[in-house]
Amino acid sequence: MNVATATTAPVVTSQASNGSALKDKIAIRNLDFYYGDSKALKGISLPLYANKATAFIGPSGCGKSTLLRVLNRMYDLYPGQRAEGQVFFDGTNILDPGLDLNLLRARVGMVFQKPTPFPMTIYENIAFGIRLYEKLPKSEIDGRVEQALQRGALWNEVKDKLNANGLSLSGGQQQRLCIARTVAVRPEVILFDEPCSALDPISTAKIEELIDELKTDYTIVIVTHNMQQAARVSDRTAFMYLGELIEFDETSKIFTSPSDRRTQDYITGRFG
Amino acid sequence: MIDAKLYARRRRRNTLAAVASYGATFVGLSWLALILGVLFWEGFSGLSLRVFTEMTPPPGAVGGLLNAIVGSLIMTSLALVIGAPIGILAGTYMAEYGRHGRLTSLVRFINDILLSAPSIVVGLFIYEVMVRPMGHFSGIAGAVVLGVLVIPVMVRTTEDMLTLVPDTLREAAASIGLPRSLMIRQVAYRAARAGIITGILLAVARISGETAPLLFTALNNQFFSTNLNAPMPSLPAVIFQFALSPYKDWQDLAWTGALIITLAVLAMSITARALTGTRKAS
Amino acid sequence: MVDVAWQESGVSAQDVAERAKVLNKLRIGDIIFHQITKISALFVLVVLGGVIVSLFLGALPAFQEFGFSFITAQSWNPVTEKFGALAPIYGTIITSVIAMLIAVPLGLMIAMFLTELCPMWLRRPIGIAIELLAGIPSIIYGIWGLFVFAPFLQAHVQPGVIAAFENVPLLSTLFEGPPFGIGMLTASLILAIMVLPFITSISRDVFDAVPPVLKEAAYGLGWTQWEVWRYVVLPFTRIGVIGGVMLGLGRALGETMAVTFVIGNAHKISSSLLAPGTTISATIANEFTEAVGDLYTSSLIALGLILFVITFIVLAIARYLLLRIERRVG
Repeated sequence: MNVATATTAPVVTSQASNGSALKDKIAIRNLDFYYGDSKALKGISLPLYANKATAFIGPSGCGKSTLLRVLNRMYDLYPGQRAEGQVFFDGTNILDPGLDLNLLRARVGMVFQKPTPFPMTIYENIAFGIRLYEKLPKSEIDGRVEQALQRGALWNEVKDKLNANGLSLSGGQQQRLCIARTVAVRPEVILFDEPCSALDPISTAKIEELIDELKTDYTIVIVTHNMQQAARVSDRTAFMYLGELIEFDETSKIFTSPSDRRTQDYITGRFG
Repeated sequence: MIDAKLYARRRRRNTLAAVASYGATFVGLSWLALILGVLFWEGFSGLSLRVFTEMTPPPGAVGGLLNAIVGSLIMTSLALVIGAPIGILAGTYMAEYGRHGRLTSLVRFINDILLSAPSIVVGLFIYEVMVRPMGHFSGIAGAVVLGVLVIPVMVRTTEDMLTLVPDTLREAAASIGLPRSLMIRQVAYRAARAGIITGILLAVARISGETAPLLFTALNNQFFSTNLNAPMPSLPAVIFQFALSPYKDWQDLAWTGALIITLAVLAMSITARALTGTRKAS
Repeated sequence: MVDVAWQESGVSAQDVAERAKVLNKLRIGDIIFHQITKISALFVLVVLGGVIVSLFLGALPAFQEFGFSFITAQSWNPVTEKFGALAPIYGTIITSVIAMLIAVPLGLMIAMFLTELCPMWLRRPIGIAIELLAGIPSIIYGIWGLFVFAPFLQAHVQPGVIAAFENVPLLSTLFEGPPFGIGMLTASLILAIMVLPFITSISRDVFDAVPPVLKEAAYGLGWTQWEVWRYVVLPFTRIGVIGGVMLGLGRALGETMAVTFVIGNAHKISSSLLAPGTTISATIANEFTEAVGDLYTSSLIALGLILFVITFIVLAIARYLLLRIERRVG
C-alpha cells in the first residue's frame, strides 16, 4: 500500500516481518486537522492494523493526541476544531458529516489520561454502558459486569465491594475500571491516550500487561510519551513531529534502525 | 536615616486603621446579635403549639398562624415546581449546549439583573398579567410570582455547578457512545447534584421572606384556605398586616411569625453551606 | 456466570445494526432535550421583556395624563387624582445614598479585617455571620426597625442630635424637627445594615484574589498593613469594589419592606432628614391594594417602572464592572 503526501513521503512499511497479510482496521488518508485557523495535523496517511497495537510517539505538541482523538471524532464536542481528509473504519469514511457519532464511539472506545470513573458505584459504571444498548435481565448484566472487570484485571480486587463508589478506588484501580467500562460496551478498537502518565510504576506495569492481553481481541492504538512503553507494548509505531507523520514501521525496526534522521534523534533522546 | 517622626506617624495611622476595622467588624456583628437577639426574645415567648394549630385570630382574641403557614408552604412548593425546572433547564443550556455562545452571554447578563432586581416590580408584573385579567387576587398568582423569583437563582446555580464538572467526564461518557442528552441527565447532573440541591435551598430561603410581591398577587386571607383561585394567606403578608396594626396580640403574633421565618431561612442557608462548603456571594 | 458463547470482539454486523437502531431511537429524545433547554434559556429573556412591557403598558395612562411633569411634581393627591413622583423618587435616592455612605466604608473595613487582620480560625465563622445578615428577610428588618430601633432613636439619639446641631448653620436644617423616631434617616440606617453584608462579601472576594506576590513585594519594602491595603490591594481591586458597591446600591434602591415600616409614608420632600418621607417601593407597597381608580393604579405602576429603570441601569453597570474584573483575574 503506497500513500503519497504533499510533503516528504513518510516511510511506511506494510508487510509483517513474518510475511502474513495485515488487514486495515482503520486507514487514515491525507488527514489535516485545524484548531481554528491553526493547522495541527498535515497530510497524515497511515494504516492501523486489526488486532495489533499501534503506538503514536513524538515530542510534546507533535499532534499525536490530536490524531488519536480524530479516530473517535471526540473533537466534535468542541466548536472550532475540524478535520479534513478521509479516515476509513472498516471501509466507511468516519469524517462524513452524516455519520452517527454515538455509534462510532460505541465501536471505537477510548481510555483517557486522567482516570474518569462516572460518579456512580463500581457496578453501575460498567452496567451503565451495557444497559444503553441492550435490554438484559439483571443476572446477565451481573455476568457481563464480572466479565468486564475480569478483562480489566480488577475483578478480584472489587468483587466484594461492587456497590462502593467508583471514585473510592486508587488511581491505578480507577484506570482499570475505566478500561473495564470501555470493554463492557464491546468495541472493536480501543484508543489509549497516555493511559499511564498519571499512575505509579506498579499500576503502569499492570496496565501495560492488560493492553498486551487485549490485543488478541481488539485493535489497539496508544499514544505515549514514554518510548520504553511503546517498545514494550506495541507491534507498530508511528513517529510524529510538528503535525506530520515522519516514520511508520514495525516497532522493533523503529527502535533499532530507524530510517529517518529525525526518528533517530528522538529515540536517542537528542530532543524531547 | 529613617525619619523617626515620619515612621511614628505611619505607625499611628496603621494602628488607627486596625482599630477602625476591628471596630467596623464589631459594629457589624453587634447588629446581627441585636437583631437576632430581639427577634428571639420577642418571638420566642409567643412560640407555642397553638401557633401551629390555630388560625389567625381577629383582634383581641387568641390564635395562631396555621393558615398563614400552610398558605406559605403551598405557594412556596408550587413556586419551586414552576420555577426550578425552567431555571435548571436554562442553566443546562448555558453550561452544556451553548457555553461560549452569544445567547448564553446575553441570558447570563439579563439573569444576573433579574436576580438582584426589586421583587416588588415582579409583583406588579404578575399583577398585570394574571390578577387583572382574572379579576381577583389568587394563590396561584402568588405561586407564580414566587416561581419567577426562583428562576434566576436556579439558572445561576445550575450554570455554575455544571461548569465545574470537568470536561474529561463528559468525554468519558461520549467515548462509550452516550448521546448528549443522556450524558447530561445521567452523568453531569449526577456529578453536580449537591450543588443543584444547594441552589434549591437557597431559592427557597430567598422566597420565604418575600412580602411585597405577595401583596399584589395572593393578597392575604383571614381564614384557612387552600383554594388557589382565591386570595391565600401567607406568613409574610400576615406579619405585615399584624405588625402595622395597633393591637398588641397581633403584634406578638407578628414577632413569632418573624421568628419562624428567620429560623427556617437560617436552617436552609446552613444546610446549603454544609452541602457545598463554599460561600456564595450573589 | 460467564457466558462461554459470548464473543468479545468479532462483533457481528447484526450487533452493529441493532446498536444503530437503539441509538436512532434515542436521537429524537436527544433533539427534544436540546430544544427544551434552549427554550428555557430564552424564557429568561421573555420574563425580562414581559416585565418591561407590562410595566410600560400599565404606566401609560399615567404618563399620558401627566406627561413629563409626573416626575417633577411633588403633590400626591388621590382625591383630586393629581399624582407626582418627585417625593418617592427623592426618598428612594436619598435613603439609598445615605445608606451607601455608611455601608461602604464599614463594609470595606470589615472586608479588610477579614482578609488581613483576622486570625485564621475566626475567619470562616465571622464571614458566615456577616452573610447571615444578608439572609435575614427584609420584613424582619422592618419590624425590628419599627418596634426596636425607631423608638430607641426617638428616645435616646434624636433629641441629642437635634440639640447638638441646633445652632450649626447647615446641619440644623438637616437635623431639625420633632424626633419622630421613624423617618428618612432611620430608614437610611436600616438600609445601611441590610446592604452591609453584600458590600463586605464582594469586597472580600476581590481582596482575596489579589496575587500574594504583589503584597509581599510591598511588605518587603517595609510597608505597614494599612499602606499595603490602601496603596496595593485597593487600587488593584478598584473595579471589583465599585462593582460590588453598585450591586449594593441596586439592592438598596429596590428594598421595600425594611423601608416601608420606618419611613413614615409622607409624600413630602422635607429638608430635614429626621422628617418622614417615602420611597417608590414603600409607596407602592402601602397604597397599591387600596388604590381606587385606574389613574391611581397606573401612577403606582409608573412609579414601579421608574424604579425598575433606575435599578436596571445601576445593576447593568455593576455586572459589567464585575465581569471586567472576572476576566482580569479568573
